[in-house]
Amino acid sequence: MINRLLAYLVKHIDRYLMGLVAALLVMGLITLFSASGESFERVTGQIINICAALTIMWIAANVPLHYLSRIALPLYVVGLVLLVGVAVAGEVVNGARRWLNLGFTRIQPSELMKIAVPLLLAWYFDRYEAILKTRNFVLGAVLVIVPVLLIARQPDLGTALLVTAAGFYVLFLAGLSWKILVGLGLVGGASLPFLWSMLHDYQRQRVLTLLDPSQDPLGAGYHTIQSTIALGSGGFFGKGWLNGTQAHLDFLPERTTDFIFAVYAEEFGMVGNLVLMVLFLLVIGRGLVIAANAPTLFTRLLAGAITLTFFTYAFVNMGMVSGILPVVGVPLPLISYGGTSLVTILFGIGLLMSIHTHRRLVQT
Amino acid sequence: MNRTVELRDHQRELYYFQLRLAIVGGAVLCAFFVLLVRFFYVQVIQHEYYHTLAEQNRIFIVPVVPNRGLILDRNGVVLAHNFAAYTLEITPSLVGDLEQTIMDLSGLVEITPKDRKRFQKLLEEGHDFASIPIRTRLNDEEAARFAVNNYRFPGVEINARLFRHYPNAEIASHVVGYIGRISDNDVDKLRNQGTAANYSASDYIGKVGLEQRYETELRGVTGYEHVETDANGKSVRTLRSILPVSGNNLTLALDARLQQVAEQAFGEHRGSLVAIEPSTGGVLALVSKPGFDPNLFVEGIDPQNWDALNNSPDHPLNNRALQGVYPPGSTFKPFMALTGLELGKRKPGFTISDPGYFVLSGGGGHVYRDWKAGGHGMVDLHKAIVQSCDTYFYGLAQDLGIDAIHQFIGQFGFGKFTGIDIDGEVDGLLPSQEWKQKRFQQKWFVGDTISIGVGQGYMLATPLQLAFATAILANDGRVFRPHVVRQIQDSQTDAITIIEPQPRAEIPLSTENVKRVRDAMIDVTRPGGTAAWAGLNAKYLFAGKTGTAQVIGMKGQKYEESKVNERHRDHALFIAYAPADDPKIALAILVENGGHGASTAAPIARQVLDYYLLGKEPPPPKPIAKEEEQEND
Repeated sequence: MINRLLAYLVKHIDRYLMGLVAALLVMGLITLFSASGESFERVTGQIINICAALTIMWIAANVPLHYLSRIALPLYVVGLVLLVGVAVAGEVVNGARRWLNLGFTRIQPSELMKIAVPLLLAWYFDRYEAILKTRNFVLGAVLVIVPVLLIARQPDLGTALLVTAAGFYVLFLAGLSWKILVGLGLVGGASLPFLWSMLHDYQRQRVLTLLDPSQDPLGAGYHTIQSTIALGSGGFFGKGWLNGTQAHLDFLPERTTDFIFAVYAEEFGMVGNLVLMVLFLLVIGRGLVIAANAPTLFTRLLAGAITLTFFTYAFVNMGMVSGILPVVGVPLPLISYGGTSLVTILFGIGLLMSIHTHRRLVQT
Repeated sequence: MNRTVELRDHQRELYYFQLRLAIVGGAVLCAFFVLLVRFFYVQVIQHEYYHTLAEQNRIFIVPVVPNRGLILDRNGVVLAHNFAAYTLEITPSLVGDLEQTIMDLSGLVEITPKDRKRFQKLLEEGHDFASIPIRTRLNDEEAARFAVNNYRFPGVEINARLFRHYPNAEIASHVVGYIGRISDNDVDKLRNQGTAANYSASDYIGKVGLEQRYETELRGVTGYEHVETDANGKSVRTLRSILPVSGNNLTLALDARLQQVAEQAFGEHRGSLVAIEPSTGGVLALVSKPGFDPNLFVEGIDPQNWDALNNSPDHPLNNRALQGVYPPGSTFKPFMALTGLELGKRKPGFTISDPGYFVLSGGGGHVYRDWKAGGHGMVDLHKAIVQSCDTYFYGLAQDLGIDAIHQFIGQFGFGKFTGIDIDGEVDGLLPSQEWKQKRFQQKWFVGDTISIGVGQGYMLATPLQLAFATAILANDGRVFRPHVVRQIQDSQTDAITIIEPQPRAEIPLSTENVKRVRDAMIDVTRPGGTAAWAGLNAKYLFAGKTGTAQVIGMKGQKYEESKVNERHRDHALFIAYAPADDPKIALAILVENGGHGASTAAPIARQVLDYYLLGKEPPPPKPIAKEEEQEND
């Protein structure tokens, strides 16, 4: 009886993904304990976040995909309306207008867009399966750019980047022609000065600092320099758990959230980084396999976009901590402290699981 | 056909999709490979470099104290400024044997036990990495002598630091106040306000007067230098500095020269003078004699000076203008007269016959004496003020009743805080039935009211309150809050914020009634009036009222045998404004133990008014220190 109930509960849970996710979550908790100065409170808080996010993952895994395709358009529209709401009447926190106060709670609509944009594009392309024309891609691009512009002017460069990436992945996987890709690259290059003028001073500073972090060692370059020192001083084998001096001597900012990887890399060294990268690669690999075997264009595109978004999180975060990418607010998936990113990521993983476990239902 | 097309397309879609997935997979591997290379470079190849950096990673944040704002009088005369002076400073973490170093240093420059004590105190406060002054205000010769020997003293350096200076010393000392060392009390206060961080590395704060009241404006915002230090704590370089924001400058309504004239006019007398510009409430002069030299406090006052100031029977540290409470005596009479007219209890033509005393009707025949033994004869309101007839006002007070007096005269600010922008003001006392019940659990007697009529009894006012009330009278009932600071100039933008002279209230007064009181006050300073001598040949319409108050010692004043006689003399009071037809200045004067108002207080008023209205310098003039030799900021 219990066995049957359990079997029913895990029916739509992909074991490979679940195992990898669990491993990463545990590594995250271990690192968080060290990064937070051995704070049980922080760890407990994160465990609560994890429980909530896993529940959402489970629900996502159990929802058949054709239900999801139905909410794609409404979700996107709601998200867009909320973003406009933020632009008009959003709350300003730390100089950025990102939140919408609904009275009982504060929401950040840009988070919703991380899911809503790939979902909508996948749904849209799915409707025109097999006869995608250039105009479909143009419209698809517009559907990405509108929310991205709204997010970018909040300003929230990190989220804008992730939403752009998610949208681009769908466009690419749907078969955006190489010619257009190259053309886009050229247009993108040409529009850099325009984009540059749209950036806020601190964002420009971040980009400039990337080119030469030493020019502003305690200003915009401070994060990068300190995290690189943490990384480098960790060496090949690391200083050992709870022994990271950079993290513990308060040199490292945001060390439980966006910069937790620096703590990890300092204490577990390059060996630890290899382990982490392998785990991430396995998640990505599994996601790509699921995408390749997905039954419909909608599920294929969605699975591909989710997987690649996960990759983007991991790559951008590790890249910025190790000093090869500018500092943008992107968490390390499943490792960084914080409920929002966990929910977004595990919701995506849940969708992957659903795509995988519901595929026969669709095919038959 | 449709079906075949769909199948073919479907296959092709899937093929292309999987092809693209493969490309993407390759890109992912490439990206991770780039990361791996970066990790290898940082964690293996450059490990030693970063390891050293981490070991030496000590970045200290060193606060930079902002320049304090200047205090200027209405004409730009500097009352408080900063000057740079050399200080000899030691960074303890860089010095091996601290005692030996100080010993060696004292061979080059003089280091007093006081210097050592202060150094010790700062050292205990634990600013290890920062440099701590051991000797301040080195002269050029001392600085040069040290500079030659600098190499022998690692960790010791000469810095130019800013010191607060009050160029006019005693003049306006109670207004300007002073800064002093931050006490534990101050620290608690700053912590509660959440501003403690702004005081890191500085050891002074405004203690008294404007320096205290406008601390926030004058202070500015502390800057920071991020200093990278090596493993030995030696600062290697400054990585980033956030410049301090200088404090804002204050421009006062006060006229320093007028203040000086007034202070001199007191001579050796103790007392107080407050002069207010009626049309704005700006305080033109605020004297409390004797004063003190605020410069003594800047670097911590030494015990001898402190004892001298604190234990002096003259109480130079007390601000008599704000904190001294005195019975206003006869200077209260113009306000009583106006009350009588306004409330309809006296007609201008109403006359009494003054036998030299007043008998309280129905009160068991208690007798209240006039100051003039034989009486003033037939007295109307005008004459009652001009000759200061007590009997007239005894009767008026009885007819008005204490509550009417309390209510009406309260509008002139008696018994309330004036709201001046210097801390420590006391509120005096304008009694009422309710007050007596609360204070003594006693009924109010009619006899209590009689004394109030001549500003005695329970009645108490500060010199500031008297001047404030006089200014309101001079201003036909318009009330402006007395203020010393007229403008605040932002140090960053030079934008000037003017403290707006908005009337706080307006007492509805009949012009005719005010004119009657005013005419009487003008005649006070003319032949036949009590201040005729002081008003002799005045080139402006001079309205005043003399007063004499029986001595009630100031709080905390000690009995001292040798001075008993002098200190039992009455206080002399005088209120005045001029020109009476267009008042530019209103003032109140109190001379402690000065005898009669007419003889000591009124002549001071004449000198002050002559200077302010005619520019006439009183003899002997003493030059006031101006900006010239001082380097500001």
